[in-house]
Amino acid sequence: MSGFLVRRLAGLALTLLAASLVVFLVLQVLPGDPASLMLDAQARPDTLAALRHQLGLDRPAWLRYVTWIGGLLTGDLGQSYTYSVPVAELVGERMMVTLPLAVLSIVLSTGIAIPVGVLGAARRGRPADTAAMGLSQFGMALPNFWLGILLILTFAVALPILPAGGFVGWDKGIWAGLRCLILPSLALALPQAAILSRITRSAVLETLGQDYVRTALSKGLSGQAALWRHAVPNALIPVVTVIGLQFSFLLAGTVIIENVFALPGLGRLVFQAISQRDLIVVQDLVVLLAGSVIVVNFLVDLSYRALDPRLSAQDGP
Amino acid sequence: MKRLAAVLLALSALSAPAYAAKDSITLGMPLEPPVLDPTASAAAAVKEVTYGNIFQGLARITEKGEVAPLLAKSWAISPDGLTYSFALQTGVTFHDGALFDCSTVKFTYERAAGPDSTNSQKAFFEPISSIACPDPATAVITLKRPTGLFLNNMASGDAVMLSPASVAGDKTNPIGTGPFVFKRWIKGDRVELERNPHYWGTPVKLASATFRFISDPSAATAAILAGDLDAFPLFPSPESIDTLRKDPRFAVVIGTTQGKTIMSVNDARKPFDDVRVRRALAYAIDRNALIEALGGLGKPIGSHFIPGNPGYVDLVSTYPYDPEKAQKLLAEAGVKPGTEMTIKLPPPGYARRGGEVIAAMLEQVGLKVKLVPVEWAQWLDQVFKQSDFDLTIIAHVEPNDLEIYARDKYYFNYNNADYRALYHKFVETTDNAARLDLLGQLQRKLSEDEPNIFLFALPKVGVWNAKLTGLWHDQPIFANDLSNVAWSD
Repeated sequence: MSGFLVRRLAGLALTLLAASLVVFLVLQVLPGDPASLMLDAQARPDTLAALRHQLGLDRPAWLRYVTWIGGLLTGDLGQSYTYSVPVAELVGERMMVTLPLAVLSIVLSTGIAIPVGVLGAARRGRPADTAAMGLSQFGMALPNFWLGILLILTFAVALPILPAGGFVGWDKGIWAGLRCLILPSLALALPQAAILSRITRSAVLETLGQDYVRTALSKGLSGQAALWRHAVPNALIPVVTVIGLQFSFLLAGTVIIENVFALPGLGRLVFQAISQRDLIVVQDLVVLLAGSVIVVNFLVDLSYRALDPRLSAQDGP
Repeated sequence: MKRLAAVLLALSALSAPAYAAKDSITLGMPLEPPVLDPTASAAAAVKEVTYGNIFQGLARITEKGEVAPLLAKSWAISPDGLTYSFALQTGVTFHDGALFDCSTVKFTYERAAGPDSTNSQKAFFEPISSIACPDPATAVITLKRPTGLFLNNMASGDAVMLSPASVAGDKTNPIGTGPFVFKRWIKGDRVELERNPHYWGTPVKLASATFRFISDPSAATAAILAGDLDAFPLFPSPESIDTLRKDPRFAVVIGTTQGKTIMSVNDARKPFDDVRVRRALAYAIDRNALIEALGGLGKPIGSHFIPGNPGYVDLVSTYPYDPEKAQKLLAEAGVKPGTEMTIKLPPPGYARRGGEVIAAMLEQVGLKVKLVPVEWAQWLDQVFKQSDFDLTIIAHVEPNDLEIYARDKYYFNYNNADYRALYHKFVETTDNAARLDLLGQLQRKLSEDEPNIFLFALPKVGVWNAKLTGLWHDQPIFANDLSNVAWSD
């Protein structure tokens, strides 16, 4: 187990270093100068030079890279060019929206998908299964931004019970904050639940055909008990893998939904930072997102070991 | 989708809540300001939140685009146009209690003109030779040379008064002299302002104002329909205008901006260095059809000047739509049918959608057009900085910017000595009638040379609750001055 941990941590560090280099180099060749975007197009050259000096953009690239990495290692993410505040503060604020949104979406999509998938497998070929799988086919085809607009028109415009977008801040109370996240998390969760329910169904179908389930049934276990005690736990590995992938996607890929719902989250911050050439923010966010994807994958791997003890046994004592 | 929206709209009318007497307002804006100090960023969004609300200058620009007194009660200009004496308001304090007087004026302007200044309009302050304070309530500013637009410039958001005590924090905690004080900023979502209880002038009717940042057009429409927003002064979704117009809850107001939408031409590149080619392009474009294709709201222009501004000359019919004449001129200039050219298109709809329409029109006269969409950073870098383009479509939104054609080096490379001489004469003239006459000559000169193809004036599309009064219909500068806004019941 400890060998496994060391290997994973070394991999994590190397991946992050590679990600930091790639993003830094890409941003160097990307056309566009942060200083001239911050100033007006009409700005005079001496004004531009003064701003470039203030931002440290007049230093050589390698020095900027080393300073940046040095800062990261000591926990200093640097200062945003456009907002003039520490990046850590910006990311912290945005995280308070994106993280709850991602967790809520995962809880919703898992909460919907697993019962539906198991039901589909248990009632294979019967009307409940056909209906569930038909719905999931439809759900997979739904673009989440379109679903988002539909949800807004239904629950914010026609029946004004939820806000059409925006985020009031957690300081107005947990419920006030959650209200803002209900529609966006539904818009994110439903298409994902559709995919997850199909994967759950086929995984459970596969385990239902295994010898151990037949044995359990022949020992006199009821169909329900065999399903929940033997078939479902053994079907969880592919399901957890997909949940892990979906979580990484949610952390990084909420750009569109955050735009539709005007939510101040990480996705919109990335988008905005790229278009305004707020280079330091883009660099930090890419490393942060790469890091979180790696951590989520690591957690998924750990959960495999919990779900299937044979995997840790292979590692030796 | 449209029908669905209409059905849902009808449903929502049934359940619309009754409005209690309101004293707060929530406004939508497409872009978030990067900072809240209007002297520290060129982003229009900074001024749209702070101008006239948090920060004030010696003078202000009114809804009609005129200069009016503000922190200066009045001013006198010496006959030679070099000395401006401002009589300042007394008893004015900043939101942190710091006193405003002549020393504030001196500090603010000297800072903006100084070597470390990052004011994006530093050129506004360059003509200042000295600032004297004979007494705390009088500021005497001497200029190096007569500058016709000096008062306009000092009324802009780039010249608002800052206190030496709080200037360092103004980017995130703005402290001005205005009728609203800054309350909080949830980055990415909103900025909240509150009425200033110690305001030196007439207190505002609104107790609070919130600016929310929504760039997605459908999200903006939904927020208006749901009543989450009371107003969206620069509404980003022209597609929804028809729906909103039919709804009595909303006022849809089409006003003017100072945006001159033009197809910029790289005058240094062949074949565009030949005026016949540029005129051919002008004849080849049907401006009315273009405006129609973009929603039918703009007004055609014939020079780099907005209809309705003092000194405007109507030159729209200089180059009427005439594809045959265009072809003839192209042939005369030796441009063969099938000649290729590219149009670089920045993100706004007028450029992206307008570019397609214009490309089709240019192909009608035998040219081959390649459209290249670019994002803003690329546009600034390639087109604006390096002049690496044939044609591009862009709205020049700054007021009074005939000056750009007089520059030695500017991205479209006009470089015309006659125009430059004419412009310098205009700058140094302070007599109003003579100025207006010169303005006319400048417009005519541009229309004759057609350095760029002048298309249309960018409209301002505002949507707000029908019960709101006092919001600006026109947009002479980027601002949401809330000092006269109130609910009508």
